[in-house]
Amino acid sequence: MLQYFLKRLAAIIPTVFFVTVIIFGLQQLLPGDAASVLAGENQDPEVIAYLQKKMHLDEPLPVRYAYWISGVFHGDLGESMRIQQPVLDLIKEKLPVTLQLAAMAMLIALLIGIPAGIVSAVGKDSAWDYLANVIALWGLSTPNFWLGILMILVFSVQLGWLPASGYISPFEDLGANLAAMIMPAFVLGNAIAAVLMRHTRSAMLQVLNADYVRTARAKGLNERRVVLKHALRNALTPIITLGALEFGTLLSGAVLTEQVFSIPGFGKLIVDAVFNRDYAVVQGVALFTSSVYILLNLLADLAYFVVNPRLRG
Amino acid sequence: MSAVLPAALPREATPARRALRRLMRRRGAMLGLAIVVMFVVLALFAPWIAPYDPVATSWSAVRKPPSLQYLFGTDEIGRDVLSRVVWGARASLLAGLVSVCISMALGVPIGLLAAYVGGWTDSLISRFTDAMLAVPFLILAIALAAFLGPSLSNAMIAIGVSATPIFIRLTRAQVLAMKVEDFVEAARAVGNPHWRIALRHILPNVLPPLIVQASLAIAAAIIAEASLSFLGLGQQPPAPSWGSMLNTAKNYVDNAPWMAIWPGLSIFLLVLSFNLLGDGLRDALDPKHK
Repeated sequence: MLQYFLKRLAAIIPTVFFVTVIIFGLQQLLPGDAASVLAGENQDPEVIAYLQKKMHLDEPLPVRYAYWISGVFHGDLGESMRIQQPVLDLIKEKLPVTLQLAAMAMLIALLIGIPAGIVSAVGKDSAWDYLANVIALWGLSTPNFWLGILMILVFSVQLGWLPASGYISPFEDLGANLAAMIMPAFVLGNAIAAVLMRHTRSAMLQVLNADYVRTARAKGLNERRVVLKHALRNALTPIITLGALEFGTLLSGAVLTEQVFSIPGFGKLIVDAVFNRDYAVVQGVALFTSSVYILLNLLADLAYFVVNPRLRG
Repeated sequence: MSAVLPAALPREATPARRALRRLMRRRGAMLGLAIVVMFVVLALFAPWIAPYDPVATSWSAVRKPPSLQYLFGTDEIGRDVLSRVVWGARASLLAGLVSVCISMALGVPIGLLAAYVGGWTDSLISRFTDAMLAVPFLILAIALAAFLGPSLSNAMIAIGVSATPIFIRLTRAQVLAMKVEDFVEAARAVGNPHWRIALRHILPNVLPPLIVQASLAIAAAIIAEASLSFLGLGQQPPAPSWGSMLNTAKNYVDNAPWMAIWPGLSIFLLVLSFNLLGDGLRDALDPKHK
């Protein structure tokens, strides 16, 4: 166990290194010097010189990377040039909002995707299977920002049931918070539900043909018990791991969903940063999301290892 | 079966022909192809199909609901939504095709190199690919587009580069499997140079899964371009693109919903049809996979 863990951990190091190289390298894409971009329209030579010094732009590239990475390891993701606040503080401030959205979206995705996958696997080639596949294809092909706009049109404008935008902290008013979050969570969860459904279906189909399922049936267990207890439990492991990996999709999707519903989260942070040319924030957010993704990936691997005794060998 | 002419047999025997026949039998894939062709026609002949100039504003026709004069209605500054949807097909199709070409032009040779050369080169490329995959796709595309500056061509570069690791991985895996096949061994035994084995013997055999992936990647790239344009990082106004039309439309949902319906429906249809086509191609080209 420990040996496997250490091996996995060691494999992550080069990945993390390259992630930092890629994100640091983004700066090099800026047309011209980062300092003159930041200096704005005045292009005051003194300001440019000051910024160049401050950002170590007068040093060679590897040295600048070293400065940057040592800052990152000390929890310093740079400072937002616009609001003069450390990037890490901004992330900490916005993250809970997005986490709530992502958790709700994942819950919705699991509640729709897994039952739909089971139903379509059990009734393979039935009308239900067909319907579930059509819905999954629809879920995968609908841009989530369009779905968001359509839902606002139906549930806010036409029916007036839910607020079209605005975010209220759950600690202030939980009801209002949920009312504001349910549409974005559904929009975000919908595409993942489709992915989960497809994977649940294929995992279940595989398991339903396994010998132990046939044995369970031969013992005379009722079908419901066979499917839910014997088959699902074994099919669920790869699905849960996959769920962890869908985190990347969730964060990408959150950028658009938060934009549609004006939710002040992580996604809004990166979009605002892009338009304010607040490059340190863009880099910080990208680095943060990738690190979380790598970490989740590791945890999913370990979980897989723990629940699957055959891998321990 | 006795009615089949012997002469017809050799013609049908090539794998490509058989795959094509399997593809044509798939209704979903054919529907997808038909919709794609329809959008390609719209994009190519936009100047003749669109009833109005897509950027011409008219203050006397602001946010008019769909009517005989303006079939899809007009937008917030009196531009014809139908004409903008027709012209918008250009940006979307172009973005889909160009970004996937970029991904393949980068990803296939790099993947081939990694798998064929192996050793340190492979480790280095693989770790770098892992790293790119660790940054969520759209976040990487947004970051790239942000640093490159907002424009349609930069959005295509950003999407193409962000999708490259998928092609590196796929090519590498396919080539690794192919490298140990007997016919490759045979090609090596008769003294073919490495580049010839890689390009003439291995590459054609790894093409089918790449074609399938390309078709699905076009769907993803079209959504990504629409997303970037929706955020203001793609096609710049006043040039029409479905994503940026939706961005404006979202502010007028309550009094001009038609502005949001048509561009979104177009993205949905085009993406759906590439997905259908991709699924069909997968079934047709790779009968083992199911």
